[in-house]
Amino acid sequence: MPFHLVRRQESGMGIRIMVPLFSVLLSLLAGAVLLWLYGHSPLIVYESMLKSAFGSYYGFSETLVKAIPLMLAALGISLAFRMKLWNIGAEGQIYMGAFAASGVALAWGQWSAWVLLPAMILAGMLAGALWAYIPGVLRASLQVNETLSSLLLNYVAILWVDYLVLGPWKDPKGLNFPLTPRFTENATLPTWGDSRVHLGLLAALLLAVILWVIMRRSRWGYEIRVIGESWDAARYAGMNISRNIVLVMALSGALAALAGVFEVAGITHRLQHGLSPGYGYSAIIVAWLGRLNPLAIVPVAVLFGGMLVGGYSIQTEGVPVSIALILQGLVLFFLLGGEVFLSHRLARNDKSEVEG
Amino acid sequence: MKRPTRKNLALMLLLVFMLTVVAGCADKKEESQTAPPAAGQELLVGFIYVGPPGDAGWTYAHDQGRKYLEEKLPYVKTIFQESVSEGADAERALNELAQKGCKVIFATSYGFMDSVIQVAPKYPDVVFMHCSGYKRDANVGTYFGRDYQPRYLSGLVAGKMTKSNEIGYVAAYPIPEVIRCINAFTVGVREVNPSATVKVVWTNTWYDPAKEKQAALSLIEDGCDLITQHQDSYAAQQAAEEKGVLAIGCDSDMHPFAPNANLTSPIFNWGDYYVRTVEQVKNGTWKSGDYWGGLEDGIVALAPISDKVPADVKQNVAAQETGLKEKKFDVFKGPVKDQQGNIKIEAGQTMSDQDMLALNWFVEGVVGTIPAQ
Repeated sequence: MPFHLVRRQESGMGIRIMVPLFSVLLSLLAGAVLLWLYGHSPLIVYESMLKSAFGSYYGFSETLVKAIPLMLAALGISLAFRMKLWNIGAEGQIYMGAFAASGVALAWGQWSAWVLLPAMILAGMLAGALWAYIPGVLRASLQVNETLSSLLLNYVAILWVDYLVLGPWKDPKGLNFPLTPRFTENATLPTWGDSRVHLGLLAALLLAVILWVIMRRSRWGYEIRVIGESWDAARYAGMNISRNIVLVMALSGALAALAGVFEVAGITHRLQHGLSPGYGYSAIIVAWLGRLNPLAIVPVAVLFGGMLVGGYSIQTEGVPVSIALILQGLVLFFLLGGEVFLSHRLARNDKSEVEG
Repeated sequence: MKRPTRKNLALMLLLVFMLTVVAGCADKKEESQTAPPAAGQELLVGFIYVGPPGDAGWTYAHDQGRKYLEEKLPYVKTIFQESVSEGADAERALNELAQKGCKVIFATSYGFMDSVIQVAPKYPDVVFMHCSGYKRDANVGTYFGRDYQPRYLSGLVAGKMTKSNEIGYVAAYPIPEVIRCINAFTVGVREVNPSATVKVVWTNTWYDPAKEKQAALSLIEDGCDLITQHQDSYAAQQAAEEKGVLAIGCDSDMHPFAPNANLTSPIFNWGDYYVRTVEQVKNGTWKSGDYWGGLEDGIVALAPISDKVPADVKQNVAAQETGLKEKKFDVFKGPVKDQQGNIKIEAGQTMSDQDMLALNWFVEGVVGTIPAQ
């Protein structure tokens, strides 16, 4: 190779904007080749993708609908990742949040919305916190790898919800289809106009700001960041690492669970099989691309939501769903691959090295 | 000399990218030139699929119907969305098709039902047709085929072809549509082979080839020498092919995917119905209602039977098929017993459509359970 990577002295604002921009551009070009090979016009497809995700009132509202759960789960994930705790369990925490909120909604549906909705939110966050508490405690006390334990608990949570909607919580009028009865009006979140954008958006934005302030301005946020940089240094400084592991995991789970609460209360209005199309996993990418910064996660989640909506929409141009998925994968591939150029740059090898 | 070649390579790549973009522009021009001139007369029809049209089963059959529709009615243009999950995304897909200007939208999976009912009132000028559901509205109609009829016919084949007398059934959701088919199949099996049983495994998904195949393999391990399915893909057929047992497909003719194993498939022919419905909407004669057509309409049928099946079995199937078409008898004719041996349909009685649409119990001969009520 005539080139090698050199660590950058510093990565300025210009680099941090240019690298992702260039990555996206490259992914679009690679996608164009693919579309062209499949006999589609890349320009028409990209235009339709962009238009349907951001160019119309309805399209943009659906982009936001997708962005809300991504935002919330990514916020939770970013908190844990900050401390180098690899919480891969957001998907399961979403399901547990949806489960607990649905339980409250189905049991006390006649309560006033002012009591019922906060109760659903509390129950959901508590369930998510408890679900994430398990890998947290296992990590803090027994050094069990939280990546695996949190991931495996996802399947438990998803199957638990499946059990409920196929069995005890099944809608008696649903003719055995795996869903619960519809929630009462009191258990549903208000939406913006005739769109499906619900109150969860405000909550997510608010939480992003709060989390940012906590991380940047509070003593506890400082602790988390120090632990994330070096466990040894933190221990030396007298910080309680075990307690923080458990606490951060639980909070992370509670935030992800909120995505599940809002999904049932705002969108589906019932608990059902296949509630989340993998928001908990996509949110890991969102958190990462947002550089674990709560404020950056917001726009990244919106862009990611747009990519999902746009990807579906180009089907009406005759592009098969699998091609749309490849296009989405390409964008992520190039973005994540480009990360290395934020901290490194290409340098030409010395002539003697190459020819030698 | 190495370095310049690399540079050339990079330049060439860049050139390829640029050419692609140019080609893209050229395509665009071409497309607009070949667009049909009578744009005002065009009628846009939308389809929502739960799986990909390449599933070679359920969605494939609907997609064949869509293509037939475009072919028969020149003024129709169709668009579709595939792999739409039965939940939050269905509403998005329905809204999108309606906003793109579709005048008729066919939602082709049971789980789209509530989404259709949610979205339809927002677009009173659009006709929504929901397949296999039971909820209707002023602009929402429902349609389906009596697939239990060809299922029964395929049971007549299965009953004669099994040697172990254990037949495996890979089934999606425990909803009446699926239960009805399991029952009809079992009635057919036991009519020609009273000692055979039908083992049911639920997958809780319409389309998940890996899961479908796994379920089929577990049934084969369990001693079943004939596999049938109520799933959208042909994965269970392939499992049977690999293990050297027999299979019966569904929704589309799955013979090409398991040429040795597959004996036949109960299938759907949606094309004529789609043409009729769109013509009604065009003429303004469409009214909300339910359509449930049988063998006599051709909307359901039995795919050609494999040469492995003896001639006398084929003759019996043909005779029963004629009987059903001429309405000489029904599939569920008394006496019919449930799994516990209780008589559910008295001798001389038949099951009403209403009871069939809410069917919630297995007939005698089915091994398996419907999840608790």
